[in-house]
Amino acid sequence: MFSSEKIRTLLEQLGVTHVVTVPDSTIGRWQTAIEERGTPRLVRVCREGEAWQVAAGLQLGGATPLVLIQCTGLLESGDAIRNALHDFGLPLFAIIGYRSYLNQDTLPGDTCLVFTEPTLDAWKIDYRLVTRPSQFDDIRPHFVACRDAGKPGAILLAEGKA
Amino acid sequence: MTSPTTTPTAPRTHMPAKDALAAVHAARDPRDIVITTMTPARDWMLLPQQPLDLVLVPSAMGSAPPLGLGLALAQPTRRVIVCNGDGSMLMNLGALVSIANARPANLVLIVFVNGTYEVTGSQPVPGAGVVDYPALARAAGFESVHAYGSLHEWQSAVRRIIAVPGPTFVALDVEQVHGQPGPKSPGPARERARQFMQALRG
Ligand SMILES: Cc1ncc(C[n+]2csc(CCOP(=O)(O)OP(=O)(O)O)c2C)c(N)n1
Repeated sequence: MFSSEKIRTLLEQLGVTHVVTVPDSTIGRWQTAIEERGTPRLVRVCREGEAWQVAAGLQLGGATPLVLIQCTGLLESGDAIRNALHDFGLPLFAIIGYRSYLNQDTLPGDTCLVFTEPTLDAWKIDYRLVTRPSQFDDIRPHFVACRDAGKPGAILLAEGKA
Repeated sequence: MTSPTTTPTAPRTHMPAKDALAAVHAARDPRDIVITTMTPARDWMLLPQQPLDLVLVPSAMGSAPPLGLGLALAQPTRRVIVCNGDGSMLMNLGALVSIANARPANLVLIVFVNGTYEVTGSQPVPGAGVVDYPALARAAGFESVHAYGSLHEWQSAVRRIIAVPGPTFVALDVEQVHGQPGPKSPGPARERARQFMQALRG
């Protein structure tokens, strides 16, 4: 939906220092642009629960991390989210790929569509659903609003395939 | 049919966990960040505390090493020392790979290998007595890897080991302790996070 460079530039403008990530086929395409420019720094982890924990350490250390994962990874991250966001009160921000939202050809009846949004609600993560390219301009104000309010937030980015 | 071959391991010595941790406490610089979790957290709280101590109680079990990675990346001029349990390490073994991949020279990860989940009543961890933690760390890409079972040797080595550029991995074979209560949170975690960030800003 968005070009890699467009996203990378936005993250840089927002002051994001580190992108902590496990890829999917949509958000994974952004890695090259991020890594080529070196800003923000790309941090690859092995599972998404770890991504929140690395981001928590970054935030405690004064950096501005972004968690970049697929919604499947959100579903495996529960205890890490609970501890980082709600025990330690760290207002982490994430961009989360919403698998199958635009197209269920690969995975008809993908249960990600059933559980992703209730999970975000359960974890009290204030999210905006982005389904069209014209909503690119919604990302910045939501990021800024969450940062200013000191609360966790996310962009839930509709994707077309697994 | 071939049968698996094993090399008998030398009998392992074990040191008292509290003394092993006290050696870390004695060696740390006040500028160092020290993250403790599980029984290392309980025992750390019995020692004099510093503003850059992060007692990870409550935790997400397994979260101390990745949290340390994030802190090490955000604070490259400070050493970050993580004191972890072996059960917690097993819960997040991929973190060894993530750490080695990010190569933070200022991160020291120490695993207290007691073979049990002591906090929950000393049930055995999977692979107790078999898993070779230093080999796992080396295979993940750590270059500075150490193992100690003798308290005296650990006490003599700790300062030198944590001074070497890392990431550094240390496995400490420690004695099992039974019947002790687990760590208690030293206070509201949000407030402690805020104080910790303030202390980092100086
Ligand atoms: C995800 C998760 N599963 C299980 C538990 C229950 N639990 C609390 S402490 C603990 C044992 C920790 O063992 P280890 O890391 O080896 O540290 P030790 O108690 O031996 O110091 C377990 C299993 C938990 N807190 N979180």
